[in-house]
Amino acid sequence: MEVSNIWYFLSGLTLLSALMVVLAKNPIHSVLYLVFTFFCISGHYVLLNAQFLMAVNIIVYAGAIMVLFLFVIMMFDLRKNQPESKSNLTKLAGSVVAGSLLVVLIALVRQNNFQTPQADGFVSQTGMVENLGKVLYSEYLLPFELVSILFFVAMVGAVLLGKREAGERNF
Amino acid sequence: MNLLDSVFIAKASFIGVIFLITLGVAAYSTYFERKIAAFMQDRIGPDRAGPFGILQPLADAVKMFMKEDFIPANSNKWLFIMGPCLSMLTALMTSAVVPFGDTLTLGGVTFDLQGIDVNIGILWVFGIVSLGVYGILIGGWASNNKYSLLGAIRAASQNISYELAMGLSIIAILMMTGSLSTKAIVEAQQNGHWNILYQPMGFIIFLICAFAECNRTPFDLPECETELIGGYHTEYSSMKLGFYLFAEYINMFISGAVMATLYFGGYDYPGVDFVTAQLGATAATLIGMGALIGKALAFVFIFMWVRWTLPRFRYDQLMGLGWSGLIPLAMFNVVVTGLGVLLNQQILVGIGGVVVFIAGIVVYDQLFVKKKLA
Repeated sequence: MEVSNIWYFLSGLTLLSALMVVLAKNPIHSVLYLVFTFFCISGHYVLLNAQFLMAVNIIVYAGAIMVLFLFVIMMFDLRKNQPESKSNLTKLAGSVVAGSLLVVLIALVRQNNFQTPQADGFVSQTGMVENLGKVLYSEYLLPFELVSILFFVAMVGAVLLGKREAGERNF
Repeated sequence: MNLLDSVFIAKASFIGVIFLITLGVAAYSTYFERKIAAFMQDRIGPDRAGPFGILQPLADAVKMFMKEDFIPANSNKWLFIMGPCLSMLTALMTSAVVPFGDTLTLGGVTFDLQGIDVNIGILWVFGIVSLGVYGILIGGWASNNKYSLLGAIRAASQNISYELAMGLSIIAILMMTGSLSTKAIVEAQQNGHWNILYQPMGFIIFLICAFAECNRTPFDLPECETELIGGYHTEYSSMKLGFYLFAEYINMFISGAVMATLYFGGYDYPGVDFVTAQLGATAATLIGMGALIGKALAFVFIFMWVRWTLPRFRYDQLMGLGWSGLIPLAMFNVVVTGLGVLLNQQILVGIGGVVVFIAGIVVYDQLFVKKKLA
C-alpha cells in the first residue's frame, strides 16, 4: 500500500473528526471526537517517523488533558447548562467573518509558492528521541528552559489557587 | 517478499500466542483469586466444576454469556457499549512492547519474541496505561447513574494522580539504562544485574502505582461496594460486566510482566549460560519466556495477597499518598539515582538513599508529629 494513500485516509479522518468536534450537540461527544482527532494527529507523527512526538502527544493530550476535560464536563448537569441559541444576525455575522478569513487564507496560499522539502537532503532519523533530545538540549536550550519555568509558574499558581485559605470556610 | 512473508507470519503467530496466554492467564486468575481468598479465610473455595473446581472459569463464562444483556433506558447506548470494549482494547494493547524472550531461530529465520521493538517502548506502555481510564470514564458516565458517575470520576482522578509518580519512577530507570526501549532495558539487566538491586525505592513506588492504576485493593475506590454499590459498573450486566472484570485481570498480568521487565531482569534467569550450553539456544530462550511469565504470575499472586490483607484506603488518604507521599519520594529517588550514576556506585548510593529516607522519616516523626498519650 502506498504511503500517500494512508496519508490521504488519515487526513480525511482527521478533518472529519475535527469537524464533528464542532458539530456534535453533546459536549461529551465533542470531547471524544477531539480525543480521536489527537489519535489521528499522532498517526501523522508516525508517518513522519517521529515516534517520540507520537507517544508524548498521546500521553499528554489524549491521556491527561482530555481526561480532565471529560472530568469537568461530566460534573456539569448538561440539561440545565444548555447555552442559549444565537440570534440569526449573530449567525450571519459569524459566517461572513469566517468565510472572509477562509478567502484570505486561500489567496495567501495561492499567491506564495511554498518550498517543498528536498527529498535527497531528508534525514529520516530526525524525529527519533535521541536526536530530538540533542537538538533540544543544545540548540534550543534557553527556550526549552524558559518553557519549563513557565510551566513551573503555572503549577505554583494552580496550587496557590487550590489551597484552602485560613479562617472560615466559604464553600 | 518471501522473507517478509515469513517474518510477518512469525510475528502474527507470536502475537496470537501472547494473546491466548494473556486471555488464559486472565481467565484462570479469577479461579486462583477465589482459591487464594478461600485459603486466606480458611475456606475451601470453588470445588464443584471439575476436579478441584478447575473448570470454574468456563462455568463463569457460560453464565456471563447466558445472562440478559441489559441496557438502561436513559443511558447513552453507543457509549454504554463502547466503555467495556475500550477497557479490553487498552488492556490488551500494552503487551505489544513487552519483550517476552530473546531472539529465537526457527528454520534459519531469526525473530524477536516481542510484538514491536520501538525505541520508545516504555513510553508506549505509559501512554496506553493513561488511556486505560477512558473505558471506565465513558462507561460510568453513559450508565446515567449517580453511583456509576462517582465511580468513573474517582477512577479518572486516581489514575491521573498516580501516573505522575509512576512516570518519575520510570525516569530513574531511564537514567541508568539510557534508552527508552524495553528490549535495551532488559538487555542491560542480563546476568543477574537486575534493576531491583539498583532501584529498590523506585520499585516500591512503581508497585504502589501499579496497584492504583489497576484499580486493585487497597486502591479500588472506583468500585468501592460500601459507598458506591458497584462503582462504575453498577448498571452493567452479562458479558459487558465480564469484559470490565476481565480487563482488570489482564491489566494485573500485563503490569506484572512490565514490572518483571523493568525491575526483575525480564527474561533473564540464573544459569542462562549453563542451559544454553546443555540444551541449546532455542530451549534457553523458551525457558526465558517461561521465566518472564512466571515472574508476572508471581506479581499477580502479590496483587491477590494484598487484596485479602489490606483494607481499602479512604479517598483523601489515597490522594494524600499519591500527591504528597509518592511524588516527592519519586523525585528524591531521581536525585539519588543521579548521584549514583555520577559516582558510579549505584548499589551503594541506592541503599544509602533508602537509609537516608528512613532516617529522615524517623527524625521527622520524633520532632514534629504529636504523639497521643495512651
